[in-house]
Amino acid sequence: MSESTGTPASAATLSNPAMPDAQGLVGDDAAVAVVSLYQKQKKIYARAVSGLFATWRWSLVWFTQLLFYGLPWLEWNNRQAVLFDLGARRFYIGPLVLYPQDFIFLTGILIISAYALFLFTAVAGRLWCGYACPQTVYTEMFMWVENRIEGDRTARMKLDAGPWNLNKLWRKSAKQLAWIVMGLWTGFTFVGYFTPIKALAAAAVGLGFGPWEWFWVLFYGFATYGNAGFMREQVCKYMCPYARFQSAMFDKDTLIISYDTERGEPRGSRSRKADPAKLGLGSCIDCGLCVQVCPTGIDIRKGLQYECIGCAACIDVCDGVMDKMNYPKGLIRYDTQNGLAQHLTPSQRLARIFRPRVLVYTAILGLIVLAFFIALAMRHPFKVDVVRDRASLARLVDDGQIENIYRLQIMNATEQAQRYQVTVQGLPGITLGAVPEMALAPAEARWVTLGVRVPPESAQQAGPGAHAIQFEIGLLSTDVRGQTTASAAVSEKSTFVVPR
Amino acid sequence: MSDFINSGWALYVAGITIAGLLFCVFILMVASKRKVMANDNTTGHIWDEDLKELNNPLPRWWMWLFIITVVFAAAYLTFYPGLGTNPGTFKWTSTGQWEAEQAKAHTAMAPVYAKFTAMSAADLAKDPAAMGIGERLFINNCAQCHGSDAHGSKGFPNLTDSDWLGGSGPEYIAKTVTGGRMGVMPPMAAAVGSGEDVQNVANYVLSLSGSPHNSLAAQLGKPKFAACAACHGPDGKGNQALGAPNLTDKVWLHGWGEAAVMAMVNNGKTNVMPAFEKRLSAEQIHVLAAYVWNLSQTTAVAAK
Repeated sequence: MSESTGTPASAATLSNPAMPDAQGLVGDDAAVAVVSLYQKQKKIYARAVSGLFATWRWSLVWFTQLLFYGLPWLEWNNRQAVLFDLGARRFYIGPLVLYPQDFIFLTGILIISAYALFLFTAVAGRLWCGYACPQTVYTEMFMWVENRIEGDRTARMKLDAGPWNLNKLWRKSAKQLAWIVMGLWTGFTFVGYFTPIKALAAAAVGLGFGPWEWFWVLFYGFATYGNAGFMREQVCKYMCPYARFQSAMFDKDTLIISYDTERGEPRGSRSRKADPAKLGLGSCIDCGLCVQVCPTGIDIRKGLQYECIGCAACIDVCDGVMDKMNYPKGLIRYDTQNGLAQHLTPSQRLARIFRPRVLVYTAILGLIVLAFFIALAMRHPFKVDVVRDRASLARLVDDGQIENIYRLQIMNATEQAQRYQVTVQGLPGITLGAVPEMALAPAEARWVTLGVRVPPESAQQAGPGAHAIQFEIGLLSTDVRGQTTASAAVSEKSTFVVPR
Repeated sequence: MSDFINSGWALYVAGITIAGLLFCVFILMVASKRKVMANDNTTGHIWDEDLKELNNPLPRWWMWLFIITVVFAAAYLTFYPGLGTNPGTFKWTSTGQWEAEQAKAHTAMAPVYAKFTAMSAADLAKDPAAMGIGERLFINNCAQCHGSDAHGSKGFPNLTDSDWLGGSGPEYIAKTVTGGRMGVMPPMAAAVGSGEDVQNVANYVLSLSGSPHNSLAAQLGKPKFAACAACHGPDGKGNQALGAPNLTDKVWLHGWGEAAVMAMVNNGKTNVMPAFEKRLSAEQIHVLAAYVWNLSQTTAVAAK
């Protein structure tokens, strides 16, 4: 990876954490060393942190995970409220029954998510990464467990460095056990979105999963365990594509985690009672806590770096230190590059949020959300596909009428039984042959074969060849007085062939 | 493959594959070390005045992933066919897999068909599951000629009426599906007489079903019908034992009208229903026959 020194960020990065260890530099030339391009990663021991932003993150952990672990257990109409039945190709989401034909809505959700991401990133940087990304959320949960069992940063470092004794053995085993249970439960919940979770839970008691259920429970569980327990920041640094293109959405008015260099420097330790101005020092007491809490192991005082996931742990810990020193908070804070350079007040920064980039993102996002919900509301309660019979193009029947055969696939997209009526139009005198009864059970899809006839005069007038016709399929509903009315008509195009 | 190219090409491709794998490992080894400027952790290259390349090493576990792909490739090429014409130690073939899946499907379906085989056609017709299987068998095997509504078309009999050519009932249908059927109408022009006689006999045939015809010609054609009566019967009602169709109804399999009837008398016709015993099992044919028979019954149960 190459980095330009043109930006303030990378100017500070030049003596970065990737610097090889001192013993790696033994060589014939003092200035040149041969290093491995494939480096062993140093384990990061992040110190636990509490504070305003940590509370926000934990709120989002609770929100997203209650949603994820809880949703499959909810019921709707005597079925699982959210169930993606891949075998039957029906996707139940609350009151909706979606067919594979409805995948456009999934596309809609993805587009909305993408634009929401653009918008949040333009306003306040990597909000998603810092608070809601599953990688962050599960890492947070796994680190909490680690913290309970092995202790905080110093205790963990000591434990890792120490010899294998009974204390180390039970702590490490307990942590692994807890992690494995969390991973398996996550994998189980994930599969519960595709297999009815209550049946899955019953099967889990006797370890009676099917082969694919086994695979996905173990695979998803292993991925959670591995990513949240071991890979952690390396997922963000080396694997995540989103982290790489986010910089395209940043500008100088984007809120980022910033260290106020002007106020903080020159850094140095001092007594709490000392007046920093007299000592010629800035506000930074160089305690190093901001580095210790960083989950990606960077020093935010070097400026914006690509490793920074915007979790604001350094803000929380630094604010605590400032409080203890009786200095004003905010040595490390959410600020913009322009804000730092031009000394903007918070209200001036706020005003800059409403800049064209943000307004355009908001407008587009709003339009797409609106279109999405209108499309969802206007969705037909059933679907129809008309397929011409591929075997017989046309045939002569009674009284010289010409008949074409069609197969209609009717799909009930609700959880009520439905009845339908079919009419056809497009040629003079066009009629339907015998219409079988068309009643579908909830969420059922069925093929119906229909004959369409055209009288000889009309066929002659239209001439040989293919003619456009339309099928109108109406949903029949019976009201309280027993009157049957057709509603919610769907129109489907097809062609009628008149032979030579 | 060997139908189109000679075996030298297989060796050529196998050689490139192996050389490619070795090259990957070689590159990985050669490129694993790099000189960096020790004082600022850059590679020492400077472009465009101030652009420096930082040494930002890949994590070592990532390199192992790369090596795993090479190992995977080697294992795959050992076990599965992929390296030239080498069949691999597993002897896997797509045909073999298909056969295994077929065998598995047959085993899975065996109890279902065992139950159906024990049932009569009338009972099967009342079983929505059997009719569902029958419908799919029909759509996949029969609809190509008889149409997806089974009404047939010219030359392909309508299966939903009660006009059966060579017998009736589910046993007859099953026999026809299994062994096929060949319907032959010989050219009868010589036996009937002159061209005019053929026209007269055609009009007589049309008169039998009350179709539009020339009644004078029909009167003249009546004696000539003796040549046809051998198979179609003196009253023209046909004979299922001989496969001779009933001429007194309005079913015109090979076309309607004077010209069509004359063409049949003059040229005859051989119409073939192919045998399906190699495509379908006896159990499947049993269900399919019940489905087809059910189409012509007024008590037809909708397939589910």
